[in-house]
Amino acid sequence: MIQYEAVIGLEIHAQLLTDTKIFCGCSTGFGSEPNTQTCPVCTGMPGVLPVMNRKAVEYVVRTGLALNCDISSLSRFARKNYFYPDLPKGYQISQFEFPLCEGGHVEINGNGTIKKIGLTRIHLEEDAGKNIHEGSANSSFVDLNRAGVPLMEIVSEPDISTAKEAVDFVKKLRTTVRYIDVCDGNMEQGSLRCDANVSVRPEGAEEFGVKTEIKNMNSFRFIEKALDYEIKRQIKVLQEGGRIVQETRLWNAEKGITESMRSKEEAHDYRYFPDPDLVPIEFDVSWTDGIRANMTELPDVKKERFMNEWDIAEQDAELLASERSTAEWFEETVKMGGDPKSACNWMKGDFMKLLNEENIQIDESRIKPRDLVDMLALIDKGTISGKIAKTVFEEMYKTGKKAGIIVEEKGLVQISDASGLESIIDDLLAKNADAVNKFKAGENKLMGFFVGQVMKETKGKANPGMVNELLRKKLG
Amino acid sequence: MEIEHVALLARLKLSDREKELFSTQVGGIIDYIHKLNELDTSDVEPTAHVLPVRNVFREDTLRPSLPRNKVLQNSPGKDESFYTVPKIIE
Repeated sequence: MIQYEAVIGLEIHAQLLTDTKIFCGCSTGFGSEPNTQTCPVCTGMPGVLPVMNRKAVEYVVRTGLALNCDISSLSRFARKNYFYPDLPKGYQISQFEFPLCEGGHVEINGNGTIKKIGLTRIHLEEDAGKNIHEGSANSSFVDLNRAGVPLMEIVSEPDISTAKEAVDFVKKLRTTVRYIDVCDGNMEQGSLRCDANVSVRPEGAEEFGVKTEIKNMNSFRFIEKALDYEIKRQIKVLQEGGRIVQETRLWNAEKGITESMRSKEEAHDYRYFPDPDLVPIEFDVSWTDGIRANMTELPDVKKERFMNEWDIAEQDAELLASERSTAEWFEETVKMGGDPKSACNWMKGDFMKLLNEENIQIDESRIKPRDLVDMLALIDKGTISGKIAKTVFEEMYKTGKKAGIIVEEKGLVQISDASGLESIIDDLLAKNADAVNKFKAGENKLMGFFVGQVMKETKGKANPGMVNELLRKKLG
Repeated sequence: MEIEHVALLARLKLSDREKELFSTQVGGIIDYIHKLNELDTSDVEPTAHVLPVRNVFREDTLRPSLPRNKVLQNSPGKDESFYTVPKIIE
């Protein structure tokens, strides 16, 4: 039987984090009352002129630099013509020839090998408004708050071969745009959207098969499921002797399938032409260099640095670097004198668990880098044991109090006073003569029982090293 | 047939007489434009703007939007917060 392979290309739409729309001073804020963030420009009144938001252009270029693209020395805007109620002008201002960025690539890590996914282009365009279909049998409702919000479209080459790779690609892009602060990456609210072009062909074939476009995948999970489904569907059609129809299909999350979007599939004829209202954008090296100079260190570079400078294991380094706020929190901790490995262990363990339970970001937590550094110092000095530190950490997380204060208030100072511990141990051994005899007869595992009893007696505050030593001495 | 495609794209409904009339007129316009093909433009950069103006920007500064009642004022279909249009069937 013929083996098939999939060929996938992705288009990512990312809403840019500007305060105002692309061509006017209306707010881009999410969740406002319908039609309260519009003006004659973004509602397409006759006679108005769009003026380009400089920051939107710079954000696209920043993204291009982060993704290894060529920044076009000359770029221009085009009108894409079609009628739809959410598009007040009857055309969308987008880019056709001469996008802001061309080429570039994203590296994804699959099973230990790095794969480069090529980028075709990144261009800048305006978003449309929102149509609402519920609420009336005869009417749809239009909210133009989103019309004119700046979007960047990132188009990949058809270099992706599996649903898993597609997800890794989108995850990598999302991390990057969040890092460089150009998009919040919120897929549920639609500030990051992903469409896919999918086709299959006999393994090793040169020519592409007929492709379908898959839309409506608004989470990583749905991207993976939708693409897996679509690849299987196409292979089955071909194996049964059928033909793939070029069409747009929507992911139906409830049914777990992609469905043909049969509505008005009239051939698209967008009649792109240069927008006469907008002048071309010319980049010189100093402008691009300025944007580059203001860019933050990228996740891959940070990860490498954590590994090389601080000897952090690769998986941990990747975890710490994956969110900018986490990476910066970690760096701050180390800068204040915290041991990198201990800090890493606390962060990836107890801290992330607590943050996940509450579903908040690290910079929203009450614990600041200084607090962790102070607590690590208490452990180093032997004031508290590593075990007690877990309690202290949880308390710091809950109350925002300093470690030293918690230790004092709760009386958690480690007991390292030999005579005090000795009397506790003597009592214990006297009470458990049976166990002592068994231990002496060779039941070595009872050591654990004795240590446990001392810890229980001291509410975990006994210095574990000393307890072990004293017990060994007493039990000879 | 081409005139019907153009009419569809522009959402214009043309009578048979109009189709014939506009076919002739549009054909004439296109023939006229084709005169440009007589020129050798191989050394001329494609021109989208005749003015040598580049890089016109606005800063990312908020300005007040229009009040909603003003925005909706000219729309033939509206309720208190939305434009209304004939039901879109997807």
